[in-house]
Amino acid sequence: MCHRCGVSDEAVQAVRLRAPRHRVSRRAIGYWTVRAGLGWLVLLAAQIVALVLGWSWLRDWWTVTVPVTVLLAAVHLIVMPQWRYRVHRWEVTTEAVYTQAGWFNQERRIAPVSRIQTVDTDRGPFEQVFRLSNVTVTTASAAGPLRIDGLDRETADQLVEQLTADTQAERGDAT
Amino acid sequence: MTRADDVPEWRRLSTRMLVIHPVQALIQSVPALAGLLIAGTTSGNGPLWGALGAAAAVVLGLLRWFTTRYRISPEQVQVRRGLLRRRVVSVPRDRIRTVDVTAPPMHRLLGLARVSVGTGRSDRGRSDELRLDALAAPVAAELRDELLHRRPAARTGEVVAAAEAPAGPPTGTELARLSPRWIGYGPFTLSGLVTVGVVAAFLSRLVNEFHVDPTKYGATREVTDRVLHTPVPILVLEVLVVLVVLAAVAGTAGYVLAFWNFRLSRLPGGTLHITRGLITTRAVTLEERRLRGVELSEPMLLRAVRGARCIAIATGLRVGRGAERGGSLLLPSAPRAEAHRVAVAVLGRPAPFTVPLTPHGPRARRRRYTRALWPCLVVVAALALLWLLVGLPGWVPQASVVLLVLAALVATDRYRSLGHALVDGTLVTGRGSLVRRRCALPTDGIIGWTVRRSFFQRRAGLATLTATTAGGEQRYPVQDIALDDATALADAAIPGLLTPFLETAAGPVRSTVEA
Repeated sequence: MCHRCGVSDEAVQAVRLRAPRHRVSRRAIGYWTVRAGLGWLVLLAAQIVALVLGWSWLRDWWTVTVPVTVLLAAVHLIVMPQWRYRVHRWEVTTEAVYTQAGWFNQERRIAPVSRIQTVDTDRGPFEQVFRLSNVTVTTASAAGPLRIDGLDRETADQLVEQLTADTQAERGDAT
Repeated sequence: MTRADDVPEWRRLSTRMLVIHPVQALIQSVPALAGLLIAGTTSGNGPLWGALGAAAAVVLGLLRWFTTRYRISPEQVQVRRGLLRRRVVSVPRDRIRTVDVTAPPMHRLLGLARVSVGTGRSDRGRSDELRLDALAAPVAAELRDELLHRRPAARTGEVVAAAEAPAGPPTGTELARLSPRWIGYGPFTLSGLVTVGVVAAFLSRLVNEFHVDPTKYGATREVTDRVLHTPVPILVLEVLVVLVVLAAVAGTAGYVLAFWNFRLSRLPGGTLHITRGLITTRAVTLEERRLRGVELSEPMLLRAVRGARCIAIATGLRVGRGAERGGSLLLPSAPRAEAHRVAVAVLGRPAPFTVPLTPHGPRARRRRYTRALWPCLVVVAALALLWLLVGLPGWVPQASVVLLVLAALVATDRYRSLGHALVDGTLVTGRGSLVRRRCALPTDGIIGWTVRRSFFQRRAGLATLTATTAGGEQRYPVQDIALDDATALADAAIPGLLTPFLETAAGPVRSTVEA
């Protein structure tokens, strides 16, 4: 209950912030799996290299560390991408950009279109393999650029076009 | 810009910098040079390299003077520098937010002042900062007026007035002035401790350079002997007392050095003007339309003596720990009532600093305790384990239980300062214990919202609502507020922004977890 917000209790009870409407591309699941999988592979490779080089502490413990790494990796790679896919959402109106991201910790970000400073899109090597693209919208605040991960390319291009057109209509330095 | 070649001509920095650069380079290499003179040829090439470095620094300094030019056209300020790689930094004049005129001791002796021009981007790194080191003090003051008030700067009368102090003409309404009694707050700043650390590091470096053996000389040998023969607890106590005293003295000295003659005033052109400093004088001018809010900050030590500081949340300035250097400090450690008064005067609305904050409820309180206690519990458990396995002395884990008590106290206090309010079109956030802050952000300076919910926050039905802004720390969180309250608060602060994304309970509410 927010007594000093100038909002009645009734309104507080009744109104909720819903999730953004659009999901990202399903291919993003594959992309997230591969990206996270590489991190785990590096960890595993490091252990194997250490084992080959014969570091004594690892010789006694590898029967524990390697299976634990594999198990954690498996759980992470099965759970995380699916969970992310359910969370990651976005929506753009003529007035505002609204995103939701994360999995274990989740975050929603809203910025008015009138305060947008830049709209970027870029494709890393893995994103290219999965034909994905991400869109980053920045405002004058160094905190909280809005990033939409795992969009399919056409959607991303359309989105950038729309946002650029909308922001061009605005005046001022948006700070 | 089209006529840039003919109209304003490139100007050089003051010729007196040709004196300052070599002297500065020499002072910086004093330890190395002293080593060279005293230790002579004895050991290593360290001192030699030091001398070479000093010579190089002198040459570089002189080169910098010869290669730096600046010019001010009606549209922009440009600085050209570099010998091999020519670089021109241009700042459009309507993007200038602050002008900072600093005169370190040597500059002051020679009547010079350094001018830094702050743009909105300067809080993201120093590379694009526009800095003129240095101009004659009257020219610097004139330049500041010209840049911020956008009027021609050829009024000779003012130039004469400004010549006495790079501080600038003392016109306008005074909002605050240092009272000598405030110096009593000096010992209660951590900067004293930092100073002690720096001095200690410097001394140890000196000892190394000179190859001094502390056991060789009478006075120091006595001290080292005593230290070696004192029982540990008493030694710890002694060291602590000495540290506290030193830190207090250093804190007081630092306070006097930095804030002597402190004066905050509001100039008619819509700017805030801050002058301060005993030896190095500093004058910061800040356009009020760049102000995005005001922060009242009470570090724990200062709070214990009912003191507080006041910091501007402005674009183009840094805040937080760097407030003193970054120039956003509106009032140094002073009585809380005074900080309060200044905050209200600068913001121009009293309610944000008087309104009681809405607390965030029992779930937020529980989270304060769990977050404070868990890490401590882990430490205590680890120490206990070490005691069991490795034979750590038993008093260590026992003593570590004190940690839990401290954590609980901090948690209690953190909950007490936690809260929010929305009054007079201003979002007010309160948080922190080690540094308690109350930030007041007029809502028209808020350029977006972030609603963050960690796994545990979702289970507790809480969220952290962060207002993002172009000024200060860029993010001002309302921690652990109930989710519905967060929505209501954000919606009330910026009406309309959230509306398309709101739903009534009757509609299909899609939560992030169930989807």
